[in-house]
Amino acid sequence: MSNLKNKKLTLTQQKYKVFAQQRVTQRPVLANCIKAFFVGGTICLIGQLVQWIFMTYFGFDEVTAGNPTVAVMIILSVLLTGLGVYDHIGQFGGAGSAVPVTGFANTVASASIEHRSEGFVLGVGGNMFKIAGPVIAYGVFSAFVVALLKIAIKGLGGM
Amino acid sequence: MLQGHQSWVFDTRPVIIASAAVVGPFEGQGPLADDFDVIHSDMYVGQNSFEKAERKLLEQACEIAIKKAGTQKEDIHFFLCGDLMNQIISSSFTARTLGIPFLGLYGACSSSMEGLSLAAQLIDSQAAQIVLAATSSHNGASEKQYRYPTEYGAQKPPSAQWTVTGAGAAVIAAQGNGPRITAATIGRIVDMGISDPFNMGAAMAPAAVDTIQSHCKDLGRDPSYYDVIATGDLGKGGHRIAADLLAEHGFNLPENIFTDCGILIYSQDQPVMSGGSGCACSATVTYGHFLKRMRQGELKKILIVATGALLSPLSYQQKESIPCVAHAVSLEM
Amino acid sequence: MEKFLWAFIVGGLICVVGQIMMDVFQLTPAHTMSTLVVVGAVLGGLGLYEPLVKFAGAGATVPISSFGNSLVKGALMEAESTGLIGVLTGIFEITSAGISSAIIFGFFAALVFKPKG
Repeated sequence: MSNLKNKKLTLTQQKYKVFAQQRVTQRPVLANCIKAFFVGGTICLIGQLVQWIFMTYFGFDEVTAGNPTVAVMIILSVLLTGLGVYDHIGQFGGAGSAVPVTGFANTVASASIEHRSEGFVLGVGGNMFKIAGPVIAYGVFSAFVVALLKIAIKGLGGM
Repeated sequence: MLQGHQSWVFDTRPVIIASAAVVGPFEGQGPLADDFDVIHSDMYVGQNSFEKAERKLLEQACEIAIKKAGTQKEDIHFFLCGDLMNQIISSSFTARTLGIPFLGLYGACSSSMEGLSLAAQLIDSQAAQIVLAATSSHNGASEKQYRYPTEYGAQKPPSAQWTVTGAGAAVIAAQGNGPRITAATIGRIVDMGISDPFNMGAAMAPAAVDTIQSHCKDLGRDPSYYDVIATGDLGKGGHRIAADLLAEHGFNLPENIFTDCGILIYSQDQPVMSGGSGCACSATVTYGHFLKRMRQGELKKILIVATGALLSPLSYQQKESIPCVAHAVSLEM
Repeated sequence: MEKFLWAFIVGGLICVVGQIMMDVFQLTPAHTMSTLVVVGAVLGGLGLYEPLVKFAGAGATVPISSFGNSLVKGALMEAESTGLIGVLTGIFEITSAGISSAIIFGFFAALVFKPKG
């Protein structure tokens, strides 16, 4: 990917990029991955706990417990976002907080909260999916393609 | 008067008769807290949006500077102002409040020195007798516009910078007491192909180097002429790059002379990654801290090189790199 | 109890994949999440995501990739019962709780909270 970018740069620019990279603090990839692992793992652990509570005390089974679990995780994330805590979790945990569904809820909640000053319709309503939009758009589109392909392959006597 | 290729020498030596720096709570926790006129404890400044808060900061900085100058806003000829907001609304709405004939500028984080150099030129060429130059920025407002909602948990890399919440204003006149603007060098756009908006220090450093070199060439000066040469907001990484690039081109700037406003404004234990940025970074540090040291007699000759990254969220999405500019103003006591 | 351990490990590992996408491949969070959703959809279509869910529980259902899997599952389930049009009508069947909750509670948040910068 970076090679494609380099093709458009002149030789001086490419040399400068290397020069600059040696002097700017690089992202601590290993440390970030370790932190992402622990934060992400913990969030999933909490999800597993919530699911267990729903199954044990509310009589849901493994399949039907999924929905209320996701709802609870989302409520927790929205609360933490509103209280101004989730952005700090995010700075620390990186993908560990962005990848779980709590990260998705954080994008919707943070955008909604931020754009309230522009009114509830155009501000909150219009900007709610600023960051989450691509996730839904590409999720739906890829699910559509995958489902069609699977049906087609099945129809042709495949799987 | 034009000197060299892109510099002005101001023979009449316009004076900064007053200056003001107003900041938010985070900057008030930094090492330069005593050099600011007002430190707000609320980043909303009593308003209901970040954008309105930025406007309030800018208005306040202008009003304090005008009061310190012992003049009225009706007596000021022109108001030069720029900021980071779309369509520079902070400046325009402040100009509405002040009612002074208004020239809006956009130089991103180089707006402070762009405004100051143009103000000096207006005075020196007798196109005006008193001019107000100001700029502002607000962390919440610029994060919302350029990057992500402030409560969004995106992880910023170590090369990212923290936009300063604050405003700086200066009243420049043909006569009076105070630091004098002796020369200015207008920068040209330099784009070395950096396209990462979280690494603006690396994008802006070549522009700062280009302007410093042009300044020295046009005016026939050596960097050692100055007590301090301060870039606007290169941050730790960008500053290191600029120092090394200058050394490679034969300009050896000792560390005690060459500094950066983005590094000075925050302390080491404040979570600002590479340092401060934003229009208010160079403005508050210059108008608050450096001018104070000049008035106290500690510094005699300084060069402020404000640097700006001229990208927009759209240009980044369209895979463009970041064109940068740097404007330098020479101040002498 | 073993389920809890695997939920932690598998969830953590999926997040590490996301972190590598962000740090090494320099993708934005939106790009990273979108990619993981598409990967989840593809794995769901290939029948590989359900076994992961059975094995790791919340470690597979909490990351955003499960969103992609659920979208595909919904489409296929509806197609099975109502024919090809089910691919369109069934996509949001299973994920409805997630998206509805996000919108509803996000809206409540905008009513109650103010950004703290």
